[in-house]
Amino acid sequence: MERWSGYFQLILDGALVTIELTLLGSLLALVMAFVAGLGRLSRNAAVRALATAYIEFFRGTSIFVQLFWAYFVLPLFGVSLTPLQAGVLALGLNVGAYGAEVVRGAVQSIGKEQQEACVALNLTRWQCLRHVIVPQAFVIMLPTFGNNAIELLKGTAVVSLISLADLTFQAQVVRAQTGNTMVPFITILLLYFAIASVISLSVRGLERRLTRGLDGVRS
Amino acid sequence: MPAPIIEVDRVSKSFGPLRVLEELSFTVAPGEKLALIGPSGSGKTTILRILMTLETINSGHIKVDGEYLFHMPKNGGLAPADERHLHRMRAKIGMVFQLFNLFPHKSVLDNVTLAPILTKGVAKADAERQAMELLDMVGLADKAKAMPAQLSGGQKQRVAIARALALQPKIMLFDEVTSALDPELVEEVLNVMRRLAEETDMTMLLVTHEMGFAHDFADRVLFFDRGSIVEEGPPDEIFTNPKEERTQAFLKKIIAAGQRV
Repeated sequence: MERWSGYFQLILDGALVTIELTLLGSLLALVMAFVAGLGRLSRNAAVRALATAYIEFFRGTSIFVQLFWAYFVLPLFGVSLTPLQAGVLALGLNVGAYGAEVVRGAVQSIGKEQQEACVALNLTRWQCLRHVIVPQAFVIMLPTFGNNAIELLKGTAVVSLISLADLTFQAQVVRAQTGNTMVPFITILLLYFAIASVISLSVRGLERRLTRGLDGVRS
Repeated sequence: MPAPIIEVDRVSKSFGPLRVLEELSFTVAPGEKLALIGPSGSGKTTILRILMTLETINSGHIKVDGEYLFHMPKNGGLAPADERHLHRMRAKIGMVFQLFNLFPHKSVLDNVTLAPILTKGVAKADAERQAMELLDMVGLADKAKAMPAQLSGGQKQRVAIARALALQPKIMLFDEVTSALDPELVEEVLNVMRRLAEETDMTMLLVTHEMGFAHDFADRVLFFDRGSIVEEGPPDEIFTNPKEERTQAFLKKIIAAGQRV
């Protein structure tokens, strides 16, 4: 037991890295989702094209390749990132591309009559988006954002490939040092599941809070 | 006769191959209460939506309060209006929709105060005080904290009227505002509009299928058919002694359907 406690400490350290990656990655993904999702709805054709290119590129290539680019290829262009920075960048950009389509879909699902009310009340396009459309669309985005965050959490395992000591990396270390596969991998299985559950529950809680008072206005 | 507050001059509008307005022209005097009636598809709602800049026009021009709505002066000529010009013009006009279009995520009070705070920079406390006066006028002061989903259709529409009034427009457009309401809720909305007509000198344009109300409310009635005005005149004349065959046929149908005109 004495022996295992040191190894559990290793795995807990890994859990902290995984949580950090998930939080920072989700934050970047959220920002990118809104920037690119709203960009796709812009009246400016260049902005639309840029947003579409970003979304298609990051959805259409593997997260693994993107991570290697961020960590191994960018330095060749003079941009050196720490493993954590590279991980957050790759995960955030990748998941943000999926999130962008969620933002676009949710914004478009808000009826045209809401926009017409904005025009009649003389709000600018931005004011309408900010105060009328996005607050309603956000509630629709939430469940899918929750899914995306969990996908991102699971995606964090690939950063072990660039030597970032996350959960999966530490489990490998423990396995290599003890020769035992079952204990470390059951432990991280449970930890991943626990973190995913926390994400699930918080998103559901937030959803409940935001829909209060709307009483079936939206299905 | 004072200068007209609205001048519609040979305006045409098509949706694809469908011609909705055909060289439409009419003027409205300041303070006038106008009822637009006619069969569905006759273009009466379209002209209201055009005045609110929710639709553009294909040809002709419109002046509101002495200024072109869709054009602006530039280098001695006229150029298509930009957002800024439209923004300035919209401030003169308010609109109430058939389906209310309230913001479902905002309380009644916030629905009414949102635009004054954002577009006119009114302080929150002042906007709320003014909103409470308006809600009081439409008989809904006690619902200020309610969410739209908790209101009946008639209440929603009265909130929508208060919301449009909060911006103090010179012109109010009412687009079939009672068509989506249960029959027993129509009267409470019409009462609010009657009071508005009596107590303010706002110019009001009303598209409606409530002929009885149009009769009492309007100074002048425009009868639309197939994208242009077939006949116009004071309500007594249009409703009791229409000259045009198409007006007669339309009113006959309305009366046959059991409505008072």
